[in-house]
Amino acid sequence: MRRRRTTFLLLLGIVALVAIALVLGRGADTDEKAFVGTDSRATSLVEQNHPHYVAWFQPLFRPQSPEVESGLFALQAALGGATVGYAVAALRARRRLEAALAAAREEAR
Amino acid sequence: MHIAEGFLPPLHAAAWTVAAAPFVVHGARAVVRERRERPETTLLLAAAGAFTFVLSAIKLPSVTGSSSHPTGTGLGATLFRPPVMAFLSTVVLLFQALLLAHGGLTTLGANVFSMGVVGPWAGYAAWRLLCGRHRGLAIFTAFALADLATYCTTSVQLGLAFPDPVSGIAGGVVKFLGVFALTQVPLAVVEGLLGVLVLRLLADVAGPELARLGIVPTTPPSEAVTR
Repeated sequence: MRRRRTTFLLLLGIVALVAIALVLGRGADTDEKAFVGTDSRATSLVEQNHPHYVAWFQPLFRPQSPEVESGLFALQAALGGATVGYAVAALRARRRLEAALAAAREEAR
Repeated sequence: MHIAEGFLPPLHAAAWTVAAAPFVVHGARAVVRERRERPETTLLLAAAGAFTFVLSAIKLPSVTGSSSHPTGTGLGATLFRPPVMAFLSTVVLLFQALLLAHGGLTTLGANVFSMGVVGPWAGYAAWRLLCGRHRGLAIFTAFALADLATYCTTSVQLGLAFPDPVSGIAGGVVKFLGVFALTQVPLAVVEGLLGVLVLRLLADVAGPELARLGIVPTTPPSEAVTR
């Protein structure tokens, strides 16, 4: 019971932190676009302070639209998520096999 | 923490690449050695790499009104020691540089150095310092610090390359810290909490493997199989 409660509280903490950020962050931004990525903010800061700097190399491939980009990000997350899921399931199966093997040995004795 | 393609002067880009390269080679060898010496932990190694893959794809909003992504390097760093993460982070960063125009090939060295070297070592140091006292707190701090240290490193890298016109390098670093570090604090806390959750899950399904890695105390086999 106590274990479940801890798990629940941890999940609640994560969700609450993100939710609070969504609410508080909305007012903090003066730009018209809220929740811009920090990576692009850093790039803007460079361009602002060093207007003469020109990026000397361009990405070999750039997703043509935000839709294509978000799709590729989703693919990245899906590949990772599937692998984590597979690993956890395989480990669980390993535990079951070990238990079954131990039980069979016990019986044979 | 992805410095955009071409956004480090050639000299800086080359220097960070040279600095990161030995860590990546050492990390790749560490992965090979791990698989040979402890093949039963390969599933956990895959999970650690995949965890970074997932987390670095997810951008979360922060209280500052910016959004940013966690790094997820704390898991591999605590389970397998930091070198493996230098290699696994390079794989993740290469994927993003080539397919997503996120980060870049010229800035790969700098990005690997922050995410794959400094972050994991900072997290691992926190884990080693605290694991004797409180396991949960140690995991939380390791995950959060691996995340935060990465972004602080990026700020230093950018500050060195682009000093503030008025206040110089120190001023530049502070300005980039203003972009990255503050935004990252709540995200680092989220990542720390997530780390505790993940380790609890893994302790359920991978007790013996975690014991072999020295993460949880060794349990007698009879107890491990009755679960």
